[in-house]
Amino acid sequence: MSDRQAIFDTVTAQIEPFNKKGIALEEGTTFAGDLEWDSLTVMDFVAAVEDEFDVLITMNMQAEIETVGQLVDAVQKLKQ
Amino acid sequence: MTEAATAPHALPVEPATAPPARDLFSKFDPLIAEREALLATGVRDPFAIVMERVKSPTEAVIRGKDTILLGTYNYMGMTFDPDVIAAGKAALDQFGSGTNGSRMLNGTFRDHVDAEEALKEFYGADHAMVFSTGYQANLGILSTIATKGEYIILDADSHASIYDGCALGNAEIVRFRHNSVEDLDKRLGRLPAEAGKLVVLEGVYSMLGDIAPLRQMVEVARKHGAMVLVDEAHSMGFFGEHGRGVYEEVGLELGTDVDFVIGTFSKSVGTVGGFCVSNHPKFEVMRLSCRPYIFTASLPPSVVATAATSIRKLMTADKKRAQLWDNARTLHRGLTDMGFKLGTAQPDSAIIAIILDDQQQAVVMWQALLEGGLYVNMARPPATPAGTFLLRCSLCAEHTPEQIERVLAMFGAAGRAVGVIS
Repeated sequence: MSDRQAIFDTVTAQIEPFNKKGIALEEGTTFAGDLEWDSLTVMDFVAAVEDEFDVLITMNMQAEIETVGQLVDAVQKLKQ
Repeated sequence: MTEAATAPHALPVEPATAPPARDLFSKFDPLIAEREALLATGVRDPFAIVMERVKSPTEAVIRGKDTILLGTYNYMGMTFDPDVIAAGKAALDQFGSGTNGSRMLNGTFRDHVDAEEALKEFYGADHAMVFSTGYQANLGILSTIATKGEYIILDADSHASIYDGCALGNAEIVRFRHNSVEDLDKRLGRLPAEAGKLVVLEGVYSMLGDIAPLRQMVEVARKHGAMVLVDEAHSMGFFGEHGRGVYEEVGLELGTDVDFVIGTFSKSVGTVGGFCVSNHPKFEVMRLSCRPYIFTASLPPSVVATAATSIRKLMTADKKRAQLWDNARTLHRGLTDMGFKLGTAQPDSAIIAIILDDQQQAVVMWQALLEGGLYVNMARPPATPAGTFLLRCSLCAEHTPEQIERVLAMFGAAGRAVGVIS
């Protein structure tokens, strides 16, 4: 399994507790549009992802991340 | 020379018009619909209250009815202090109604300097800088002191002015979970060791009225080489020996433990304005570099004169301090005994938040209280932490024991009528 796929699987597993509507998670799934997350959910989720991968996703970076795929790319870059 | 260059540029007789590609107000439709649905249930708009008369720090007339004010942040009741009012009137007579300029140009009057002197005395600080509001103090200081490549680390429940100050600047912004020392430590540990860092904390958090574990947080911030800013807007006047705030209460000192303290004149001081105090030797450079200080009008002389007088009186307001704490304890105990769910287990501050199930319950309860003659604040997401609906009480040193008794009776009646308590 590629490193990116492993990150994708971990990220989607992290999303599940916050995936109240049971949306199918794909690269293009958006946090605000598809998952309908508010800012509080985003805060909790980002903290969970940061702790899982031991990285820091600043609010400046969060502003650029709209989809699951973009988050996976960001985590992969931060881990390098 | 071409013909085009010599011909006059006349407008076409019938200019082509087109509707906007998209109505920029469309994005507000959900908010408009939510408000309309709420008002359609017959409740009054909690965010459109007009005070027809204000009779004292604790009483106003709203829709012709005498109403106890329990939501004003006028913690020390200074708005009607005779010395404060006299100072404002004298400044109005001597200096006129406005300043017509920025602090940097013609907008610095005697009383602006005096208000800064009063703040230096109050905080035992080397430097004090007055802004036109507390919001602008955070906007200005945060956006100016941390810039590209530097980090601001803030509590997730920080006030909007702190978030907006971060948004105005170019620093990297990192949030940690509300009041979690461990989370702060973890996130600071992930930052580059050599980068400039500023940890932003609040003494009292305004929505639930809970206080920060400042000692432990400052210890962690210092361990990671970060500077520390504490916003003490909701604590000035009644925390600590000199009323400086929660940081003083827990034994921290400006200059050694805390680098900057932000505050406001619109709460305990009882007027309008904001400030930052610091012992940093280079602090005065902020006057030359801080845009929300430079590019805005300075406060009217009457306002800064009232602030200076009020701040000096707060230094010795021990009796008011004691009364305020007494009021907070009595209200907290009374509401707890009746069965209300409160934001804090004990009276941490002068803010006491009643947590309700949803917007409907909050608004109906709020309206029942208002009809009974009591005004409190209704707060809702996204302003509230954890997306809760709150009725927020803020006590004043001038609330009498009789008023607190009436407040409790009104809460009991409204709570039972709405079904919040049995």
